[in-house]
Amino acid sequence: MITMGIDMGSKYIKVVILKDNKVIAKSNVLAGFDVKKSGQEAIDKALKEAKIKKDDLKKVISTGTGEKLAPFYDDTKSVVGCDSLGAVFLHPATRTVIDVGAEEGRGMRCDETGKILDFEVNEKCAAGAGAFTEAMSRALEVPLEEFGALSLKATEEIPMNAQCTVFAESEVVTMVHNKVSKANMAKAVHDAMSSRISSMVRKIGFDKDVTLVGGVAKNVGFVDSLNKDLDLKVIVPKDPEYVGALGAALSASGWKGGK
Amino acid sequence: MAKQPEYWRWTESRWTNPDIDWKGKIITSGVDVGSVSSQAVILADGELYAYANMRTGSDSPDSANKAMKWAMENTGLTLKDLSYTVGTGYGRVNVPFSQRAITEIACHARGGNYMYGPTVRTILDMGGQDCKAIHCDERGKVTNFLMNDKCAAGTGRGMEVFADLLGVSINDVGDLSFDIDKEPQPVSSTCVVYAKTEATGLLREGWPKNKVLAAYCSAMAHRIMTLLERIGVEEDFAITGGISKNKGVVKRLEKEVGIKIMETSKYDPQIAGALGASLFAKALYDKGKK
Repeated sequence: MITMGIDMGSKYIKVVILKDNKVIAKSNVLAGFDVKKSGQEAIDKALKEAKIKKDDLKKVISTGTGEKLAPFYDDTKSVVGCDSLGAVFLHPATRTVIDVGAEEGRGMRCDETGKILDFEVNEKCAAGAGAFTEAMSRALEVPLEEFGALSLKATEEIPMNAQCTVFAESEVVTMVHNKVSKANMAKAVHDAMSSRISSMVRKIGFDKDVTLVGGVAKNVGFVDSLNKDLDLKVIVPKDPEYVGALGAALSASGWKGGK
Repeated sequence: MAKQPEYWRWTESRWTNPDIDWKGKIITSGVDVGSVSSQAVILADGELYAYANMRTGSDSPDSANKAMKWAMENTGLTLKDLSYTVGTGYGRVNVPFSQRAITEIACHARGGNYMYGPTVRTILDMGGQDCKAIHCDERGKVTNFLMNDKCAAGTGRGMEVFADLLGVSINDVGDLSFDIDKEPQPVSSTCVVYAKTEATGLLREGWPKNKVLAAYCSAMAHRIMTLLERIGVEEDFAITGGISKNKGVVKRLEKEVGIKIMETSKYDPQIAGALGASLFAKALYDKGKK
């Protein structure tokens, strides 16, 4: 059975196609201005990679901030539901999932079938989301891809006073004037973000098997700070940004955990 | 590459009272080093003599020095003439020539009392990086206050970001926001980062700039209203700080509160904190003399 999951994120659109619960294609397209068009583009890319046609798809499920803007779908499913399904599929021991995307942060607890038991979402404030690191890497003129690794070279822990992304930008400028090294500043940024995310996760509680998903999971600096804050080692799956789309495709196929 | 115009840049100001000759008088001063703007106020025998209001640089002591230097320009005054100086604001402990630091809450109440008179009971200070609602008595003493300094929504910094995004000079935002056919729904995102994305979407849908400005001014008014609701508004009600110059926010806020906001004073409303500090400086100087 071939199914498709579409994750219409605020920044990127991700598509995963499954054949008998095996990934046969995935694609990732910047959401940009015309979200519908970008969605179509992402789907076309994935279909091409899978060498199948739209009619071969048994069921399509859409998720994410713009789930209703997907060009076509049979059903929608909440992001937390998709995240936990995808995370349990990749790491069956997972009982806590943290998703840090471009504009939202989410923490959730689930059972062995990926069913949600409790969750907490931040979608009001950029301080606990990818937009925060993006703004900071821009302010420091360090490419986002290098920003995480840079913070691992920090020699000092510098607290960041500002919580708000907008204020933090000014604070970073002040730090630059005070000759604080870029590595130390990068660490300050990731520590600040991690403290926001971990306080959100503490609200729902967490077990030892924590899987981190979403684009920000690729940021090694943030992962390092989060590990220290939570005092454990979070599991970061390969391609963490696709976990939501994967969960949507799994849900379309009716996968419910286990073997 | 051509330098991008700086739309956020608000007009700095300085003023000297032409009717006062400071010589032979007791000179006290207050310096408010805010996160976005810095002010220096000079009193001669307790009367407002001169002030300056300018952008804060990256260094607090330097900003304090610069503001004071500008306030003293062409007056013949030097730092040596200052009998007592009080620092206030975000960088209050970094005013090199001050003897005391006092919180900006107390200073704003005291300064607001001087600028708007003893009938003022609620002062809303809408600054660069925070927003404070202060209740005070007839002497300008703080009786209660609430503040937001965690989030740029509802602060001057948030408005600067928008002025830049839309390419509109921050001084014109208020007037332009009323140049519309019909009042639009406010921008729905709280966070300035998201509000920017939302505004970009509105522009793409074909909204004229002025309509987007109106939607943002009204979102800001609404945001400040939620702060005011928590503490309550007692008449008379006055506004200080940079945003008080933005009619687009003030008029919409007045409508939401349902209470008339006092006419702005003849002085720059951004000096309230430094003015309060200078009044404290005078009182502290007099106390030391006794």
